[in-house]
Amino acid sequence: MIWKTIKVNFHRLGSPPTFYRLAQVLAPWLWAGFAVCAAIGLYQALYVVPPDYQQSDSFRILYIHVPAAWQAMAGYVVMAILAVIALVWRIRTVEIMAMAGAPIGAAFTFICLATGSLWGRPMWGTWWAWDARLTSMLVLLFIYLGIMGLYAAFEDRRKGARVACILILVGIVNIPIIHFSVEWWTTLHQGATIRLFSGESTMHESMMPPLIWMTIAVKLMFGAALLDRSRNDLLDQDRRKGWVQARLGESA
Amino acid sequence: MIVRSMSALIERDLRLAIRHGGESLMPLIFLFSVIILIPLGVGPGPNLLAAIAPGMIWVAALLASLLALENLFRPDLDDGTLEQWWIGDCPAGALVVARLFSHWLITAVPVIVFAPLAAQMLYLPAEALGVLVLSLLLGTPILSLVGGLAAALTLGTNRGSVLLSILVFPLIVPVLIFATGAVSAAADGLSARAHLGLLGALLILAITLVPLATSAALRLNIE
Repeated sequence: MIWKTIKVNFHRLGSPPTFYRLAQVLAPWLWAGFAVCAAIGLYQALYVVPPDYQQSDSFRILYIHVPAAWQAMAGYVVMAILAVIALVWRIRTVEIMAMAGAPIGAAFTFICLATGSLWGRPMWGTWWAWDARLTSMLVLLFIYLGIMGLYAAFEDRRKGARVACILILVGIVNIPIIHFSVEWWTTLHQGATIRLFSGESTMHESMMPPLIWMTIAVKLMFGAALLDRSRNDLLDQDRRKGWVQARLGESA
Repeated sequence: MIVRSMSALIERDLRLAIRHGGESLMPLIFLFSVIILIPLGVGPGPNLLAAIAPGMIWVAALLASLLALENLFRPDLDDGTLEQWWIGDCPAGALVVARLFSHWLITAVPVIVFAPLAAQMLYLPAEALGVLVLSLLLGTPILSLVGGLAAALTLGTNRGSVLLSILVFPLIVPVLIFATGAVSAAADGLSARAHLGLLGALLILAITLVPLATSAALRLNIE
C-alpha cells in the first residue's frame, strides 16, 4: 500500500508541472543548507584549524580544492545514473536533469583545476604538471564540455539530450581512472590521504571537520543548482505550453 | 548472411575509396607532411627527433583518422541508406562494425605500412620499429571505433566537425599515452610488454562496447 503510494508519486515526478513545483519548493532549502554549511566550514577552515607545520596557511585552499574535485566526479556519476534512467525509461524531466548537471560539473572541475594550480605553484614550484591525476581531471573537463556542446548543437533538444546521454555513459570510463590514477602511477599529485572505508586517514583529525562541512555544502549546492537549472530549461522548452503560461500568469 | 552483407559493404567502401583516388591518399600525405615539417620546425637534431618520433607518428595517425570521420555516416544518412540498415535482414550493429573496419582499412593501414619509413626519417632506433608497428596495429582500431562513435553522436547536428574533434580527443588520450609509452620504452631498450598489454586490453574493451553505443547513437539520429 505504502509502496504503491511511493510509486505513484514517483511517477508523477515525470510530469513537468509536478517536477517544476517540487523543484521550486526544494531548491531554496538546499541553498539555505549550503549557506549554513559553507559558513561554518569556511569559518573553521580559515580561523579554527591551526596552520600546517610545513605548508603554513596555504594548505587552507584544500577546503575548496578537495570538495570541488569530489563533486566534479560525484556529479558525473549522478549524471550517468540520470542518463541510464533517461535512456531506458525515456522520462523527459530526467533527460533535462542529466543535461543540467554538465555545466555545474564543468564548473567544479574548473574550480578544482584552478585551485590546484594556485596551490601547486608555491608547493610544487609549478602551475601545471602532466601527471596522471591532473591530466585525467583535464580530460574530465573536456568530456563535460563535449556533453554541453553536443546538447547545444541539436535543434531538437530532446534528441540532443538523448544523444548526449550516450556520451555521458561512454565518458564514465574516465571516473575510475581519475580515482585510481594516484595509485596506479607514480604521480606528483599526492596519494589519497582521506579514507572513508578502508584504514585510517593520514590527515590530522583537527583538519577534518571543516572538510566535512564544506563537502556537505558543495553537495547541497550541486543539488540546488541542478534543480534550478533543470527548472529553467524546462520552462524555456515548454514556454508555449499551457502549464507554463498558467504558472507564469498566476505569478505575474 | 551477416558475413555476406558485411563483406559487401566493406567491398563497396573500398571500391569507392580507390575510385576517389585523391581522398584515399590523404592519410599518407598527412603523415608525410607532418614528418617533413617537424624537423624543419623543431630543428634536425637526431636526438630530439628520435625522442619525439613516436608521438609525432601517433599524432599523424590520429589526425589522419579524424579527417575521414565527417563523411563516415553522413552520405548514407542523406540518401536514406542508413535507415535501410535498420530495416534490412542483417543486424545493423554488424554493418556498423563493417563500416568502421573499412574506415580503419582506408585511414590506418596506409599509415601503419609507411610508419617504419617515417620513423627512420625521424631517426627512431631500429629496435623500436617492431613495437611501433605493433602499437599502431593495436591502437588505430580504437581510433576508428571511438571516432565512429563521435561521428554517430554528431550526425544530427549541422556543425559536426568542431564537435567531432572535441569528442574524440578526451576519449583517445589513454591510447596515445600507452602507445607512445610502448614505443619510447622500446627505443630506450626497455620492455614494452606492459604498455602493449594495456593497449590490447583497451582494444578489447573498445571492440566489445563501442559498437553498441555507436549503433544506439545512429538509431537516435535517424529516428
